[in-house]
Amino acid sequence: MSNKNSNLSILLKGLLLENPVFVLILGTCPTLATSKTIIDALGMGLAATAVLICSNMVISLIRRFIPDTVRIPCYIVIIAGFVTVVEMFIHAYLPSLYEALGVYLPLITVNCIILGRAEMFASKNTVFKSALDGVGMGLGFTLALLSIATIREVIGAGTFAGIEIPVLVDFKIKFLQETPGGFLVYGIMIAVVYKLTHGKAPKKTKFGCESCPSFAVCGGVKCDNTAKEAK
Amino acid sequence: MDFTGLIIILMSSVLVNNYVLSQFLGICPFLGVSKKLNQAVGMGFSVIFVMVIATTVTWPIQYYLLNSYGLSYMQTIVFILVIAALVQFIEIALKKFIPSLHKSLGVYLPLITTNCAVLGVTIENIDESFTFTESIVNSLGCGLGFLLAMVLFSGVRSKIDEAEIPKCFKGLPATLIAASFVSMAFFGFKGIVG
Repeated sequence: MSNKNSNLSILLKGLLLENPVFVLILGTCPTLATSKTIIDALGMGLAATAVLICSNMVISLIRRFIPDTVRIPCYIVIIAGFVTVVEMFIHAYLPSLYEALGVYLPLITVNCIILGRAEMFASKNTVFKSALDGVGMGLGFTLALLSIATIREVIGAGTFAGIEIPVLVDFKIKFLQETPGGFLVYGIMIAVVYKLTHGKAPKKTKFGCESCPSFAVCGGVKCDNTAKEAK
Repeated sequence: MDFTGLIIILMSSVLVNNYVLSQFLGICPFLGVSKKLNQAVGMGFSVIFVMVIATTVTWPIQYYLLNSYGLSYMQTIVFILVIAALVQFIEIALKKFIPSLHKSLGVYLPLITTNCAVLGVTIENIDESFTFTESIVNSLGCGLGFLLAMVLFSGVRSKIDEAEIPKCFKGLPATLIAASFVSMAFFGFKGIVG
């Protein structure tokens, strides 16, 4: 993490400078799959945020008791537990969202953002800081999903959160609602965010594998992309 | 289930519902390991292997253990643990018996644990209430589809690296846009299998 670990910077860095989706390139699968409509994106973002905050706090609480060699399976079990709780909650109170998210809801378990933050942040920091990190990263994830979903829904379906927009609904580009459109919008958004943050972001010259949150998980495979990004 | 039914399941999971290119599952290894053809092939085969074995193990667990004891809400936790253990086991087995393959695949195997395609296929098999044989065929198809996507894309990708593109699009953005075009090609398969 950066040299100053003030609480505010922990909270805010997830939003843009270390946005999990656009800068750290984590959690690509749910980002692409649930960014079709704004409602789905919001539901997915908040569900993942809830899991992220809870798992970060619990992992931070018990970080001294977990043997180093089996930490990843331990994290996965904790995360899967919270995912099950959130899944049952959504099933009970928001059945339509449960239908829309489908298989992607249990798949929050393998969302690399959550495991990545557990490994990189929660296992090294206090409970309070880990909770803040969870909030920041979760909101960053939600915002990223919402921005992609807004583009895809407004241009692709001519609606905003299900409400029809008068002119656009007649000239919708259905392509953006389909799979290829998801890849396209995500690619363009990463390029835009890269351009935006390039001037403001603290110098990320050392974007080596050690500073990548999912290093232990990915074994250095994805870091190629991230490092290329930063150059 | 007759033979044609199985063929339909296989074809639809390879082409129509291709996990990577139309369902967005397993994107991380798809983007990470598709740089070179031999790595893409290796990753593809290890995913097929893990998918089929994971299905063989999780299907009986779901029907004979979880369902019969009313524990189906434990599905996610149990499945992810089984997959994590399996991946570990495969890694050990490869190290012991095929060290050369372990050398080239070793780094990708931990990634398979968090590969949503593997967990996704095991859950899908239960959700679609496939029989045991259908589940195996579906997993095989999804794995083959993954391999196909990886191999096709590694070819596309070697061309991107040589191309002149704006600086901010270098790397992942260009890769994603290329993935969009490949996925568009697969979009053409929609509707050929009912």
